[in-house]
Amino acid sequence: MMASEGGEDHRLPRIASAIRVIPDFPKPGIMFQDITTLLLDPKAFRDTIDMFVERYRDQEITIIAGVEARGFIFGPPIALAIGAKFVPMRKPKKLPGEVISEEYSLEYGTDRMEMHVGAVQPGDRALVIDDLIATGGTLSAAIRLLERVGAEVVECACVIELPELKGRERLGGTPLFVLVKAA
Amino acid sequence: MACGEDKEQDPRIQGIAASIRVVPDFPKKGIMFQDITTLLLDPKAFKNTVDLFVERYSGKNISVVAGIEARGFIFGPPIALAIGAKFVPLRKPRKLPGEVISEKYVLEYGTDCLEMHVGAIQPCDRALVVDDLVATGGTLRAAMNLLERAGAEVVECACVIELPELKGRERLNGKPLYVLMESR
Repeated sequence: MMASEGGEDHRLPRIASAIRVIPDFPKPGIMFQDITTLLLDPKAFRDTIDMFVERYRDQEITIIAGVEARGFIFGPPIALAIGAKFVPMRKPKKLPGEVISEEYSLEYGTDRMEMHVGAVQPGDRALVIDDLIATGGTLSAAIRLLERVGAEVVECACVIELPELKGRERLGGTPLFVLVKAA
Repeated sequence: MACGEDKEQDPRIQGIAASIRVVPDFPKKGIMFQDITTLLLDPKAFKNTVDLFVERYSGKNISVVAGIEARGFIFGPPIALAIGAKFVPLRKPRKLPGEVISEKYVLEYGTDCLEMHVGAIQPCDRALVVDDLVATGGTLRAAMNLLERAGAEVVECACVIELPELKGRERLNGKPLYVLMESR
């Protein structure tokens, strides 16, 4: 059952119902929140982007950092609308130039996230965008990368939050804004 | 540096081409890698890039923009949003959570696979395929095959950059390819 945050914005029910839940993916017991169906509804996709743009357009945001790969779908339209740079945060060995990298925990083991050196300057005001926040591990790696180069991470923004996994508490004090919470 | 196409070139293309960084010897020696991340750091160049595609495809009844993971996810959605089309991600294996159809394609060594969700495409859909760059055309061809197997008509493939020496244009089964620039 999807519940919506952010008050009673009339666009939220359509956005929430456009998201498909796939049971037992990637493994038994996980209810996967599939945003591909939202992308098949042009009005719901447009409304999703508009809600983020309305929130951030007057915040002097200079960087939208999108986490590979679904953050690449939501980040760029926001960046284009507010005139910010888009910075892809990628899995290892995908970015061709010199990178800095940050390790983060998975359920079993660790992974690394990379960002190009020189993409972000000290004093940049950044948002981190991804489709969903679960444990917060990926988002907190992105926050650390941006802070290491002197950016201020203003907020993290996701379409969906899984509040039971308490990712919100793992962002080192960075605020989190989401459109929809899923049990 | 990438070169824009000459003859009546839109004045925006020069600035877009200049914003693309070439990284030598990536992913291996001898390859001059066309890095579009620097284009994304130039909001005007990025906006102009999207606008050039949107101007071409508005009013052409395109119902689907299919973007190839991962850099096609950066260019495809802004185009889809502007022209009112659905966006369909074409992904590496095992990323899409629902039922998929999949298409194998050949790499330099070995093969890879592209997947699309069943039900994303209807037989009356008119589709674009979007990626940042076309090299050999293998990935675009696999993308076109997936869309056609689901009954869509592929109207055109659209990329920011073409590497013409690799002749990808000839591997698209006669379907048109539109690019903003070539790089030699």
